[in-house]
Amino acid sequence: MTSTLFLQYLFAGITYGVIYAIVAIGFNIIYNTTGIINFAQGEFVMLGGMISITLLQVVPLPVAIALAVLITMLIGALIEIVFIRWLDSPSVLRMIIITIGLSILIREVARHIWGESIRSLPYFVGNEITTITIGSVRISPQVFWVIGVCGIMVLGLSLFFKITPIGREMRACSSNRTAAILCGINTRNMVTLSFMLSAGIGALAGCVMSPITYTQYDSGTSLAIKGFTVAILGGLGNSMGAVAAGLLLGILEAYSVAVVPLAFQDAISITILLIILFVRPHGIFGSSAAARLKEF
Amino acid sequence: MLELKSVHKNFGGLQAVGDVSFSVPAGAIKAVIGPNGAGKTTLFNLIAGNLNLSSGKVIFQDREIQGLKPHQVAALGMARTFQNIKLFHGMTALESVMVGRHVRSRAGFLAGMFHTPATWKEEKEIRDKSMQLLELLEIAEFADAEATSLAFGQQRAVEMARALATEPKLLLLDEPAAGLNIYETAEVGRLITRIRDMGITVVLVEHDMSLVMDISDEIVVLSFGQKIAEDVPLAIQQNPEVIKIYLGEDEEEAVV
Amino acid sequence: MNMKIKESKLLKIGLLVILVICTQLLTQVTDTQFYLTQLTMSAYYALLVIGLTVVMGYAGQISLGHAGFFAIGGYLSAALTTHNLIALQTHPLVEGLGSLGMLVSGQDLYGEQLLVFAPWAACIIAVLVAAVIAFVLGIPVLKLKGHYLAMATLGFGIIIFRIGLASEYFGEADGISEVPGLTLLPALGPFGSLSVSGDFGLRVENYYVAWGLLCVGLWLLLNLIDSRVGRALRAIHGSEEAAEAIGVNTARFKLNVFVLSAVYAAIAGVFLTHYNGGIGPSEASVMKSVRYVALVAVGGMANIWGTLIMGVGLTFLSLRGVFGSYDDAVFGAILILVMLFAPDGILSLNVKALFTAKRTTDGH
Repeated sequence: MTSTLFLQYLFAGITYGVIYAIVAIGFNIIYNTTGIINFAQGEFVMLGGMISITLLQVVPLPVAIALAVLITMLIGALIEIVFIRWLDSPSVLRMIIITIGLSILIREVARHIWGESIRSLPYFVGNEITTITIGSVRISPQVFWVIGVCGIMVLGLSLFFKITPIGREMRACSSNRTAAILCGINTRNMVTLSFMLSAGIGALAGCVMSPITYTQYDSGTSLAIKGFTVAILGGLGNSMGAVAAGLLLGILEAYSVAVVPLAFQDAISITILLIILFVRPHGIFGSSAAARLKEF
Repeated sequence: MLELKSVHKNFGGLQAVGDVSFSVPAGAIKAVIGPNGAGKTTLFNLIAGNLNLSSGKVIFQDREIQGLKPHQVAALGMARTFQNIKLFHGMTALESVMVGRHVRSRAGFLAGMFHTPATWKEEKEIRDKSMQLLELLEIAEFADAEATSLAFGQQRAVEMARALATEPKLLLLDEPAAGLNIYETAEVGRLITRIRDMGITVVLVEHDMSLVMDISDEIVVLSFGQKIAEDVPLAIQQNPEVIKIYLGEDEEEAVV
Repeated sequence: MNMKIKESKLLKIGLLVILVICTQLLTQVTDTQFYLTQLTMSAYYALLVIGLTVVMGYAGQISLGHAGFFAIGGYLSAALTTHNLIALQTHPLVEGLGSLGMLVSGQDLYGEQLLVFAPWAACIIAVLVAAVIAFVLGIPVLKLKGHYLAMATLGFGIIIFRIGLASEYFGEADGISEVPGLTLLPALGPFGSLSVSGDFGLRVENYYVAWGLLCVGLWLLLNLIDSRVGRALRAIHGSEEAAEAIGVNTARFKLNVFVLSAVYAAIAGVFLTHYNGGIGPSEASVMKSVRYVALVAVGGMANIWGTLIMGVGLTFLSLRGVFGSYDDAVFGAILILVMLFAPDGILSLNVKALFTAKRTTDGH
């Protein structure tokens, strides 16, 4: 493999890696606050892309993206309020099935609104043949948008949870719900907020990756699976672990193209998922004790 | 019948059970007492196979059983009840007890699916034995009631019947009198002695001192995971160490 | 008490049989025989679903990948009966199989020599492979709980889907077609042979074969639930810890039930593939697996009759195209509605209780 190809794969891996990491963090935020795995997480990403593409017809790009993120956040809140909020300590099985059902519904609604066609946002800078040259490699500037935006989101979230009052309240919620209630924290709103937050970061990631990966009504599903794999790999609830795990998976997938036929590429992440689940369910960076802590 | 040798259990840095050794002769009723957090239920979990020992041995009928899974221990003849009753949701009292016959019956998947004649006889026997046990515990009238809908004392009885259905040689009872009033507790005491008279060795964890002093042949006292004393009830009552660890609780109770 | 249960079981199955016969006669009288095709297919899907009910409702394990076992059965049988081994006919393995009578030779459309597996042999091999895979997969997978179990089974289903979609042996996106019929009874005297195939002339026979198979499968499962094993399964579902303490080898039972349901799914897959004359990757898709879970949920997790009724009913409607392009959405909505309002299935719905404060029993 030439060094050019090597670097090319590396950047592709990092790009997809941060995307998976953001999806995984979305899983983690909701899991930390509620103990639920939201199977519809991938759909938030898809919605972000789709809505912004539609809005682009009437407003400029930055506005379209901002609005799309906001709308998706509202959808996230709506889902929580309508389907989740009033359930009385439901079993894990029930929640899994509900979120799967939601994922399907959102997908089908998307299919009826936007059809089955593949769409994308235009490149933020230049077009599909614009490249920046680094060393011997030519990379689309969009890649840097993806890495940059996702990186800022991770940083922002980390600060949010450590410094801001609301962020700390959310952490209190996940750590000990009863104590949080006793402290006067409105845990129900925290849950809604966590859904909004997950939806928001998913949507933003969806917008920023759309030019490269395209958006289709069902692009949420495989993202959800990979995001979940990364979340588990990094230790469920551990978002720093998710970042590392995301990069790991993204890079593994990118280099696998050299050894495995493209059609089987998806199977790789699933195989990794299965192996992790069988061997070390608390992930590479998690420990079963830390998993119980459910910290960011 | 049962012997514990230097049983240790550590959870990370916390020692829940430290160097506990004692033996239970066949046909005896032995009680394990101690203040809350002394490690009594942990000890039960270690004996019955729900938890792995950090070190030490558990010897049951001359056989080392540490490391065996709970269902294997049950098959060997040791049954247990749980502190917070664990009944089967969605099953009647009779059905719950019938599950207890599981280790003493054989029909497998194929036999079950094809409803072979061999199973007819076995099923009848299971049902009859289970009804007998319900009658023994005087709850036969609730046979077809959903077990989890019964009154607390009756639920305890179902759990006991279920454990007895396994035809155990040794019965571990985890706080059998918890939540019962004086009369019910006395009933439980009578029941336990009846069980012993049937030839079953009993080890019980209990907080109710009147019950413990009344029926036990020997008592083991635990505190912070260590064995403090092991003796006949009368001696335990007068043991200064034992009295000390119960200080702060109702002194009256410790010196009945 | 025991006799009463047994009688009512046979009584219900008897009623079902009568219903099946009446339906067929009705279609004959009203000249609407085309319904028979979808009814036949619905029966096969229902076979899978009742098997899944035992896993989900009694052993309490969710499986989001059961379409995978259906596909393993169908695809293997299809591939073995259509792929030509003529080029390998001197290979010792092929010769061995031939001497066992498992291969048939003939000529294809173009007059080429054909050497393929006999359908009956392919059927048995396919189901056995499915069982083995279920066993091997089940050992690690069933140790998982909750989300992890769901994801693992989902992952399994997707891997099967990808293999079907990507590999040439399994026909890639087009799947496998021109699968020969599965002969159940050879021609005997004045009677023609009975085979599972799309042959229009055998439509009525196939209808009865499908429903007969379903009734037998149903009877076996109903027996199982009333048996010692069934009690053990219900105990596991009620309280796994207590079941283990009472002597039930929970790990082994969960595994056995899983394998059993995989066998049901694989048989359904084999028969349906021969009936349809082919199979495609969509049979292994996530949507199919989700659909099966929806059917189990709406029928009542531990209610085999409920699942049977819902399975046949909803599948029939879906096959008739009643849901149009909203097919997947309907099942998604069913899932949500059932889980929100009737976690014990539609038939257990007590509308009044819904609006009074109720203590949910789904905390296990």
